[in-house]
Amino acid sequence: MARHVVAPLAELPPGTRRQVTIEGRDIVVLNIGDELFALLDRCPHQGASLAGGMLCGFVESAVPGEYRMSHQGEVLRCPWHGWEFDVRTGRSWCDPRRIRVRSYDAHVESGQTLVEGPYVAETFPVAVEDAYVVVDL
Amino acid sequence: MSLDIATSIDSVTTADVAPAPAVGSRTPLAIVDCDIHPLPRRSSDLNPFLSARWRRHLETYGNGNRSPFFANTPYPRFTPALSRRDAWPPTGGLPGSDLEFMRSQHLDANHVELGMLQVLAPSGMAQRNVEFGAALCTAVNDWQVAAWAEPEPRLKASITVAQEDAHAAVAEIEARTGDPHFAQIAMAPRAFNPLGQRAYWPIYEAAVAAGLPIGVHAGGYSGAADTGSGHPSFYAEDHHSNAMSMQTLLSSMILEGVFERFPTLRIVLVEGGFAWAASLGWRLDQHWARFRDEVPHVPLPPSTYLKRNVWITTQPMEEPTMPRHLREVVEWMGWDRLLFSTDYPHWDYDEPAQCFGVGFDDAQRAMIFRDNALHLYGDLRPGRS
Repeated sequence: MARHVVAPLAELPPGTRRQVTIEGRDIVVLNIGDELFALLDRCPHQGASLAGGMLCGFVESAVPGEYRMSHQGEVLRCPWHGWEFDVRTGRSWCDPRRIRVRSYDAHVESGQTLVEGPYVAETFPVAVEDAYVVVDL
Repeated sequence: MSLDIATSIDSVTTADVAPAPAVGSRTPLAIVDCDIHPLPRRSSDLNPFLSARWRRHLETYGNGNRSPFFANTPYPRFTPALSRRDAWPPTGGLPGSDLEFMRSQHLDANHVELGMLQVLAPSGMAQRNVEFGAALCTAVNDWQVAAWAEPEPRLKASITVAQEDAHAAVAEIEARTGDPHFAQIAMAPRAFNPLGQRAYWPIYEAAVAAGLPIGVHAGGYSGAADTGSGHPSFYAEDHHSNAMSMQTLLSSMILEGVFERFPTLRIVLVEGGFAWAASLGWRLDQHWARFRDEVPHVPLPPSTYLKRNVWITTQPMEEPTMPRHLREVVEWMGWDRLLFSTDYPHWDYDEPAQCFGVGFDDAQRAMIFRDNALHLYGDLRPGRS
């Protein structure tokens, strides 16, 4: 597994996302309320790029007339047919055991750490004083 | 159709994106897409094709389909403008309203050599004011040529007709006959009456005379509920009723004897699914065997007409858990009956490289994705005809 620096954190503020290609794989990296998530950018249904999908939540209801929302803003809905995936696990809401989109660990590292350790960042220089978004792949 | 524009998608950063490799390892097959939806960029785009009288009418009284809600669809849709979230043109406007973006996102990306346009809105096909409806159909047809088929030779227009006014519909078909920009006639399955009834026969006669198939695209404004027993509660129900509307019109056309009177009439059912076709054929054949003295004008088993006069587009295709079940259905219908369609840019779009879970051999693949359509419509690909 290698660490890939995909962007300076300043370029991926909360509420934004970015498509990146790592080792030939298209990946969408999302910053949701300062938490970072990375998913393979390809819906397992018909292959749509998930990067254009909206973030929503799950609605659950045990009986008619009562409902509750969960995972608010943490469910990525495919822009085509609306298949929904939990950004934390990549699992599908409707069929979590069988259908999932590959998820990767994404986190923030300081430029200082990155300069010390093995990492991959071909497209931009890493400054010791800044923070960066790193995806493990 | 309601164009309720609400597009608050959080910001998408698209920097540093390498183009995705083509899905699947095969050389992409150049395809024919039998269902593409264009929209005007602005409602005024049609003005040049309307007379002063009808422009005034449109401005003053609006566009009123025979629907419970004026200028609206009977049910709220799943997504804004019924469309893929990623199909909004970067230049603004609604999905399907920007030819350049349609080229890059769909025609070029999916190797579409030939695409059949189906205009859902604006539509003159079921206007409450039928005379305005006929004028709007004419304008939509002129606009399809000027805005789409002329600048983009891969796209072919469909002649929209005011189907409840057969006289006007026939005049429109005759006026377009021989114009190579048009590949077919467009009708809607939810007509005021089941489409096999006599009121519609002049349209079928004109279609045969013009040598054009009729592409019957899901939808329409009959003024009645979308099901046989009242209004469904949910969009999921409404969407499924497209398949029922196709079965209704097919039963009607077969049992009324349309295909006996017009044996060379070619009907394309667009966007109503197809896996039901086998069961419909079995049921109708069984009924016909028992009640044939009631329909002596139908001398052949109904499935004979289904397999002779009818083609069905693939999207939104049924997705059984066991894909081989889909293959069994196709085998019943015949590999020559299915025409691939995407429904671009709508949300229930089918992606050519991904949508069939069924294994095809190359010949079957070529038939469904291209050759069946070329046989039906003629080889209308640019530079081929």
